[in-house]
Amino acid sequence: MTTTADAVTCTQLAYAFGETKAVDGLDLTVREGEVFGLLGPNGAGKTTAIRCITTLLPVPSGMVRVFGHDAAGERMGVRRLLGYVPQQLSADANLTGRENVSLFARVFDVPRRERAARVSQALAAVDLTGAADRLAGTYSGGMVRRLELAQALVSAPRLLILDEPTIGLDPIARTSVWEHITAVRAATGMTVLVTTHYMDEADQYCDRVGLMHHGRVRALGTPAELRRGLGERRGAAATDPLPTLEDVFRDVAGSGLDDQSGDFRDVRSTRRTAQRVG
Amino acid sequence: MSEAPAAPLSASADRAREQGIDLLLRPPEPRAGWRLLPARIAAMCAVELQKLRHDRTELYTRAVQPALWLLIFGQTFTRLKAIPTGGVPYIDYLAPGIIAQSAMFIAIFYGIHIIWERDAGVLNKLLVTPTPRSALITGKAFAAGVKSVIQAVVVIVIAALLGVALTWNPLRLLGVAAIVVLGSAFFACLSMTIAGIVLSRDRLMGFGQAITMPLFFGSNALYPLDVMPGWLQAVSRVNPLSYEVDALRGLLLGTPAHLALDFAVLIVAAALGITAASALLGRLAR
Repeated sequence: MTTTADAVTCTQLAYAFGETKAVDGLDLTVREGEVFGLLGPNGAGKTTAIRCITTLLPVPSGMVRVFGHDAAGERMGVRRLLGYVPQQLSADANLTGRENVSLFARVFDVPRRERAARVSQALAAVDLTGAADRLAGTYSGGMVRRLELAQALVSAPRLLILDEPTIGLDPIARTSVWEHITAVRAATGMTVLVTTHYMDEADQYCDRVGLMHHGRVRALGTPAELRRGLGERRGAAATDPLPTLEDVFRDVAGSGLDDQSGDFRDVRSTRRTAQRVG
Repeated sequence: MSEAPAAPLSASADRAREQGIDLLLRPPEPRAGWRLLPARIAAMCAVELQKLRHDRTELYTRAVQPALWLLIFGQTFTRLKAIPTGGVPYIDYLAPGIIAQSAMFIAIFYGIHIIWERDAGVLNKLLVTPTPRSALITGKAFAAGVKSVIQAVVVIVIAALLGVALTWNPLRLLGVAAIVVLGSAFFACLSMTIAGIVLSRDRLMGFGQAITMPLFFGSNALYPLDVMPGWLQAVSRVNPLSYEVDALRGLLLGTPAHLALDFAVLIVAAALGITAASALLGRLAR
């Protein structure tokens, strides 16, 4: 495996649900070792793009590569590199935390002699050692998220993919989840690809962000670059406070709508996408 | 940050050791191809057993119905002597049928289970592991089998308490376990196949209700093939449950059975079920 390969490369990726183009010619590069935030309004196509990268959906058009492996042709190879945390709280409530993590150690072929130690390390990395032998059904939302993080980490993934990891969590749990992601990233050097609605989180924790709208990346850069760029476009003086990432988001989403919203059908199809894509 | 992604590995390895997560830096070796399927089956069965250990309620509640069948239906029809059973008391004749029935009732829930897993995101997460769809389905099918075997033990104990003369030959009991696993694997896959077609829990519940009783009554679980009208005999002959019951009767009671044919039919049925359910699993992942 060459170290020069990018973690994720999408080239002209397109995916349609019937008539609705959820992803429409997406070009995206996630560099090895960075925390990349994929942002965008509901129905922008983030989740569909993630599902193509994780091999859950086929790649009908375009190309997706994960560390050089083709997501369409080498599914098993790609999956061995991935840790995936879906949008829903997906831990099994009828198993203990330890059993939840152990299942993922088994299905990633962790040999039996190191399974217990590895599972314990993953649980320790997310501060769940004390709760490890309780049923996951008794966990709080933030604890379930951390448990899912441990499930993803147990196989030592090179790319961690998190779909809206902090959705529905209170501010303290949100911070805690992000602190664990950041700490694990620092310790392992893994690449993180994350989607989120929370602009403050993206600003604070992501090295680079891509703003998606109507199935494509419309703005790309470090949060600071994007904010400065918008400030300059607005002709703000150097002493003015920089626009926030939320302003950038509004600018991109707004201009995207202005370009296309003359057509009533587009609005309707966006809404349909939002429903189907979630 | 964006220009320095090639993190100095040795530095992060040191940090990892300090934090006690050094194992999490090394991806596990992929298992060789032929060892992958047994490993996935073991993983799914382990989960099933762990769940049963935490909550045995289902084991007890599911024992009620077979107990009632044996106690009421079995004892009454033993007195009536209305059903020709070739000399064995009717309750003895019935017991293997009830074992097969309760195993089927467990397996038929697996479609609902997999839809629940889809809704909860568990299924997607498993599909992003190095587990081929067929291995995932096979794992679930065998997990259903393991659960059914435990259920079968419960029913065998109840039957023994009611005075049914069953074999205690360990080889034959091993055969019983194998038959129950195969039968349950088929019915679990049938249910997961329907789940892949109807995609919603409510519709699947309807289907489950609609097919379980016909499968049960359209088999030799309650009465022998010979007393059925011709059309029902035809149904019974294509119903894998009949072959399961035939084998269980032969093994547990020592009545004449077609063991080779029964095993063959159940193996083929399970294989077909696994193929169909694996092919349709992608629809649930969308």
